[in-house]
Amino acid sequence: MLVWSRSGRLVLWVLFALLFGVLFLAPLAVILLSSLADQWNGVLPSGLTTEHYSEVVSGAAGSAVKASLITGFLASTLALVSGTWAALSLRLQGHALRRLLGLLFFIPSAVPSVSVGLGLLVAFSHPPLLLNGTVAIVMIAHFVLISAFTFGNVSAGLARLSPDFEQVASSLGARPAYRLWHVTLPLLAPYLVAAFGLSFALSMGELGATVMVYPPGWVTLPVSIFSLTDRGDIFAGAALTMILVAATLILLLGLERITARATGS
Amino acid sequence: MPPAALLALLFFYPLALIARQAFLDDSGVANFAEVIHVLHSRFFLNALVNTVSISVAATAGCLVVGLVLALILAFVPFPGSGFIAQLIDTFIALPTFLVTLAFTFLYGSAGMLNTGLMEAFSLPLPPVDFLYSAWGVVLAEVTVYTPFILRPLLAAFSLVDRGQIEAASVLGARPFRIVRQVILPAAIPALIAGGSLCLLLTVNEFGIVLFIGAKGVITLPLLIYGKAIQESAYQVACIIAVVNIALSLGLFSLYRIAAGRLGS
Repeated sequence: MLVWSRSGRLVLWVLFALLFGVLFLAPLAVILLSSLADQWNGVLPSGLTTEHYSEVVSGAAGSAVKASLITGFLASTLALVSGTWAALSLRLQGHALRRLLGLLFFIPSAVPSVSVGLGLLVAFSHPPLLLNGTVAIVMIAHFVLISAFTFGNVSAGLARLSPDFEQVASSLGARPAYRLWHVTLPLLAPYLVAAFGLSFALSMGELGATVMVYPPGWVTLPVSIFSLTDRGDIFAGAALTMILVAATLILLLGLERITARATGS
Repeated sequence: MPPAALLALLFFYPLALIARQAFLDDSGVANFAEVIHVLHSRFFLNALVNTVSISVAATAGCLVVGLVLALILAFVPFPGSGFIAQLIDTFIALPTFLVTLAFTFLYGSAGMLNTGLMEAFSLPLPPVDFLYSAWGVVLAEVTVYTPFILRPLLAAFSLVDRGQIEAASVLGARPFRIVRQVILPAAIPALIAGGSLCLLLTVNEFGIVLFIGAKGVITLPLLIYGKAIQESAYQVACIIAVVNIALSLGLFSLYRIAAGRLGS
């Protein structure tokens, strides 16, 4: 205990509550409130309504939720396969090569998302690789942006894995493929699920690269929230943001529960 | 290795094409006139200054807020502090523009704070209008990126020897002195790593700036978007992107060095 006096502790806790309340709690609360607000001319809305939700659900939301979920799922799955593959094969390389390639796999996370989108536009707007205007280019943009996080999570999991299990399996005569499928991957499972959840969440909220490359007819949730608020329809934008937050949280909590059950804790 | 090939095709090849388009004109001849023209243009310099100053201010804010929150969470815990720490952590997974949208309702010209003040003091005009300036972006970025400081700080604080703090405290050291002489030295690697990560993320931030939509607050990512999508000036966009990517990669190396020190 750093501060012994009761009053000193109280002062610090009030400071904490203020910072936490103003910076983190107030934004979430106010988005929830405004998504339900009827008329908002005073300090507080004059009444509550679910009108904005029914409005966005009957309008853009359905297809936007679908576009975001499909993009997130496919991009995260591809990133998971590629990240796990990369992390597993890097383990077999020499130290110097492992460091260099590991660094290269992290670089996409450092490049601004708008520039990733610009690069894809420049590269894939001409034959033979004409992807501009297709759904595939959105998936590629999301895959590139989240691949570093998947790779990082899986590598971190691999580094914590005790090599004993694999050595025992190997000494008992297990072939590499059998060992990978029945020993290494099950041990990695919690990290794989966590990596998948994080990359899915990041993909759901991705805006910078998506606004550069999205084709008409494949409007993701963030893009459709932006077009709503840009038109001045901020209450509908707030309702759609709540749908995005809820979808992200349900996804993360669901994956967390699966992991908890799988590891038996 | 297929993953490396995939990344080369989908990421490094487009990146190389950005550089190519920035320095070569349509016939494939090196052309630096346009590069020099853009680098000296007012809109570019303006965006560069905005990007760097917003990023530095936001990172400083994140460091201060993160340090205060982490100190209280780790050393003056209260019932439920573990849950609160987890709650702040989930902010990492939420889209960044959420905060900007919320700030419109809180601090916008028709937001709660302004209407409240106008009603209370019967003012004719909204008194608070920082939101549509660089300060609005800075405050939103502090909210969004403080968790990135909090996480390594809490990890570092969990390794600080509690016995040492108790001993110092029993010997009569004031809390401020304990923080300065015992806790801060343990936190410095985490502060440097978290701070350089914040610099990188705030330089690259797009959603917050786009959603605030203030005319005077244009950063490099926003300028690239405007030039490429709204004006279809791809070469200009590519030139700015090269500068932005170089800046980001420099900060990324800084972060890797800092994080490497932290790990060893």
